[in-house]
Amino acid sequence: MGRRVLVTGAARTTGQRLVGALAEEPEVERLVAVDDLEPQAPFPAKVEHLAVDLRSPALVRTVQSAGIDTCVHLGVTAEPRAAGGRVTMKERNVLGTMQLLAAAYHAPDLRRLVLKSTTAVYGAAAGDPAVWTESMSHGSPRHGFGKDAIEVEDYVRSFHRRRPDVAVTVLRLANQVGPTVDNPLTRYFELPVCPTVLGFDPRLQFLHEEDTAEVLLRSILGPAPAGTFNVAGDGVVLLSQAIRIAGKPPLPIPEPLVNWVAEMVGRTVDFSPEQVRFLQYGRVADTSAAADQLGFIPKWSSLHAFEDFAATRLRRLVTEEQVTRVEHDVLDLLRRTAGWLARELPR
Amino acid sequence: MTPRERCRAHTKKGERCRNPAGPDGLCALHRRRLVGGATPTPEGGAPGARTPPDDAAEGGAPGEQDLGPLGPVLDWVEEALEFLGRRVLGEYEVDEFGHDPDLVEHVLAPLLRPLYRHWWRVETRGLEHVPDSGPALVVGNHAGTLPFDALMVALALLDEHPAHRSLRMLAADLAFNLPVVAPLARKSGNTLATAEDATRLLEAGELVGVWPEGYKGLGKPYRERYQLQRFGRGGFVEIALRTGAPIVPVAVVGSEEIYPMIANLRRLARLLGFPYFPVTPTFPALGPLGAIPLPSKWLIEFCPPIETAHLGPEALLDPMVLFDLTDRVRDTIQQTVHRNLLARGSAFG
Repeated sequence: MGRRVLVTGAARTTGQRLVGALAEEPEVERLVAVDDLEPQAPFPAKVEHLAVDLRSPALVRTVQSAGIDTCVHLGVTAEPRAAGGRVTMKERNVLGTMQLLAAAYHAPDLRRLVLKSTTAVYGAAAGDPAVWTESMSHGSPRHGFGKDAIEVEDYVRSFHRRRPDVAVTVLRLANQVGPTVDNPLTRYFELPVCPTVLGFDPRLQFLHEEDTAEVLLRSILGPAPAGTFNVAGDGVVLLSQAIRIAGKPPLPIPEPLVNWVAEMVGRTVDFSPEQVRFLQYGRVADTSAAADQLGFIPKWSSLHAFEDFAATRLRRLVTEEQVTRVEHDVLDLLRRTAGWLARELPR
Repeated sequence: MTPRERCRAHTKKGERCRNPAGPDGLCALHRRRLVGGATPTPEGGAPGARTPPDDAAEGGAPGEQDLGPLGPVLDWVEEALEFLGRRVLGEYEVDEFGHDPDLVEHVLAPLLRPLYRHWWRVETRGLEHVPDSGPALVVGNHAGTLPFDALMVALALLDEHPAHRSLRMLAADLAFNLPVVAPLARKSGNTLATAEDATRLLEAGELVGVWPEGYKGLGKPYRERYQLQRFGRGGFVEIALRTGAPIVPVAVVGSEEIYPMIANLRRLARLLGFPYFPVTPTFPALGPLGAIPLPSKWLIEFCPPIETAHLGPEALLDPMVLFDLTDRVRDTIQQTVHRNLLARGSAFG
C-alpha cells in the first residue's frame, strides 16, 4: 500500500517545491495539499488541493477519511504582514497547529509527523553559546516567529506523548536562501542598502532551498528516526561578508536608533524585532545530529547557498572582474614605475 | 556558481594560501615567486638569482623584471591589494565561532606586533611545552586593566610557536555585548567563557586560552601586583578533565606595569556598566594620551603541561581532585611569576 501524505502550508515556496517532489515519488499514493492561499503555479495533477484554513473542520474529516499516514506541517509562518498582522499570524501558527494536532490525534492510520520548525527557537543574544545543540536549554525568544515556533514545538511534543505510536520529527531549519525563496531575510538582502547594527557582525547560517526540500523528503520517506534536528548548511557566513557577497553597501545604524529604522524598513521587508536581534547577535546551530541520526548532509554549505542566492537574485555593485582589474592595473603601474626606477636610479 | 579556486601554493608559514587562483592554479603572488623567481636562469645562475634587466624584458611579463630593492615592497603591496580584494568580494571563510584567520594575519596581528616586539620587548620561553597539534588548555595570570596580556600570549603562539597555533580564548560576556569589540573578539578567535564553547573547541583539537582570575585579576590595584587572585571555581579544570586535554600554565610578567591602577571609581564603573573604572597616573588625567600603555619589559613563560587524560572522567565527581588541580596550576603560575620577576630586574629596563 502506498503512502498517503498531507502537507500544510503547501502553497508557499517550500511547500510547493516539496509537493512537486512528492508527486513524483511512485511510493506516494495520495497527496493532500492544504493551504487557503492559491499556489503560484498549479499543483501537479496527482495532488488534491484542500483550500481551507488549518482551523477548518474540513481538515479533520480529510485527515480521517483519507487514511493519512504522514502529516507534514509546514504551516508555521514568519511573516506577520503576509499573514494579516501579528495577531493573525500567531493565531494561524499556534491555533492552526493545535487544530491540526487535534485532527491528527483521531487519525488511526497516522504513523509519522514532520514539523518544519526553525533555529529561531534559540533566540539571539550576546550571552548565547557559540553553537547551539538541540538539547541545550535556551532562553525563549519573547517575540514573533521564534516564540510561535517554541509553542508549536511544545504542542507537537505533547502530541507525541499522547500518540507514542506516531514518529515525530522536528526539523529546526536555519534561514533559507535560494533562487526562488522569498522571506524577510532574502528581501533584506534585496534592499538597495543593507542596514546593520553599528559595531556588530553576527554569524549567520543559511540553508539552500534544495536542501530544505531534500531534508523534508528524507524525513517523510526515509527511515527517519524521531527526534529534533538542527538543519543548516555547513560553516557560517558573517553578515558583513554576506553583504559584500550580495554586493550591497552596508548602512551601520547606532544601536539606539535601530528599532526606529527597523520599523521603517520593516514595512518593506516584513521585519520583526526578533529579526533585528538576529542581525545584531546572529546564531549558529550544530548540525551533527542531523548528519549522524538522520543521515542528512546538506549539498550546499552556508557560503555556497548564499552565493547561489546572490548570483541568481541580486545584482552586485562591485563585480569580481572589476576588483581583479583594479588590482591588476594598480600593480602593473607600480611595477612599471619600480622597474623604471631600478634601471634609472643607479646611473 | 562555484566559488573561485584557491591558490595551491603554501604561505611562508606552511598554511594554504587563501588568495584566489588564476588559470594555472596559483595566485599572482605565488606565480611570480614560484614560477618567475625560483626557476634557474638560463645563464646557469643559482635559483632565485635574476637576470640583469635588459630592454627586451620591458614588453614581457611584468613579474620577470628586476625591481631592485623595491621588489619586497611591491610584494607587500600586492598581498595587501589581494587582501582588500578578498574583503570587498567577501571571499574569506570564518569557522563556526567566527574566527577569521585572514583578518588576523593581515590586520590584527600586524597591529599588535609592534607592541610585542618594540614597545614591550616580549621574551617568550617554554614554547616547547605547547603541543604542535591537538587540544590543550592554556591557563594564565591576568592583569593590566585591559587584557593585553592575553593578546600577547596569543601573538607569541601565533608568531613564535613552530606550528603557529591560534589561541582560542575564553572571554567575558562583556566582550560580546560591546559594539566594535564584539565582532573583533569573535574574529580574532575568542568565544564566550562557557563550558559548552570551551568543550566544543577542545574536542575540535584547538588550543584554548583561559584566564581564570577574570576581572579580579585585570582590575586589581597596582599595590597587589603579581599576586594571583582566586581562580574562580575552577571550571577550567572540569573542562580539561572532561576532554582529557593537558593544562599548560603560562606566567606573564610585565602586564602589571602597563596601566598601574592606583584607584578604582566603582560608582562610575557601575553607571557605565563596566566591571571597574581605573585611575592610573596618566588616565583619565591626560585624556586619550593616558590610554597609552607604559613600556614595561615583558617575559612570557609556558610551563610544563599538567596531564589530565589519565585521571579519566570519573575524577569529575571528586571535588578534591578539582581543588588540587586548580591549586597546582595556580601555584605553578605564581612561582614562575616570582622567579621571572627576579630574573627581569627593573620593570622598564
